Amino acid sequence: MYRWFHQLGSPPYFYRLARRLEPWLAIAALLLIAWGVYGGLVKAPPDYQQGEAFRIIYVHVPSAWLSLFVYTAMAVAGAVALVWRMKLAEVFVTAAAPLGAAFTFLALVTGSIWGKPMWGTWWVWDARLTSELILLFLYLGVIALNAAIEDRRSAARACALLALVGVINVPIVHYSVEWWNTLHQGPTITRFDRPAMAPEMLWPLLWCALGFNFLFFWLQLPRMRYELLQREARSRWVARELGSE
Amino acid sequence: MGGYAAYVWSSYGVSAGVLGLCVATTYIRLAWLKRQLRRRETELDDPK
Repeated sequence: MYRWFHQLGSPPYFYRLARRLEPWLAIAALLLIAWGVYGGLVKAPPDYQQGEAFRIIYVHVPSAWLSLFVYTAMAVAGAVALVWRMKLAEVFVTAAAPLGAAFTFLALVTGSIWGKPMWGTWWVWDARLTSELILLFLYLGVIALNAAIEDRRSAARACALLALVGVINVPIVHYSVEWWNTLHQGPTITRFDRPAMAPEMLWPLLWCALGFNFLFFWLQLPRMRYELLQREARSRWVARELGSE
Repeated sequence: MGGYAAYVWSSYGVSAGVLGLCVATTYIRLAWLKRQLRRRETELDDPK
């Protein structure tokens, strides 16, 4: 296990492994999302209160989950990068930020589209929406920091630090609906004691969420390969890999 | 989907658009970088 982890830290080994994994992750992501969307749009019955508009959850909730998951993963990778100076962890942080920003943007936009028919407004400054918007700004901060510093290692370390500091916002986003009175509804899925959703509505959501996870890793790997190629452009292994592709 | 169809479809449309853009930019950037690096390799191997 330790040997494998050590090997994973080697850029050429990771590059080859990522290239092999990508098509499988893509297939898994597309199949799961297609299956989940089909279940959500076709098979699931309309909600008794929200009618057909509830079907937005099959893109809104997975995007919102991924927005939190990606930032947490960036913070963990950031800590590894700062403590152990692991090159791949640095690359993970800078490569993941635009994807996290895309998921956060989607969570905000689809939530807003859901809000209009349900709440009668596109936006309210309530705790959940505002903390999610701050999360988007944190992602944009990491992206801007990465672009502003020319030296790749210094940029990655600055991004890792911001990811680590900003992770305080993740529990705030998650618990905002419990800590404050918000227009946004409370937790539905994580209440395992009393499921608040019918299984025929819940399962497609879980497939979509799993599909979004695969989608993230599918896109993260080529983004990390890009960063590695950029950083190690003068290494022998890059020439070897490019020659063999 | 009654009166809510536009809201539902616009959510799915925006999501497909943004995620599709992520996929496209990821692979276009990677292909472009590889092309640049290959070109540089060729220039180093065969200086004029």
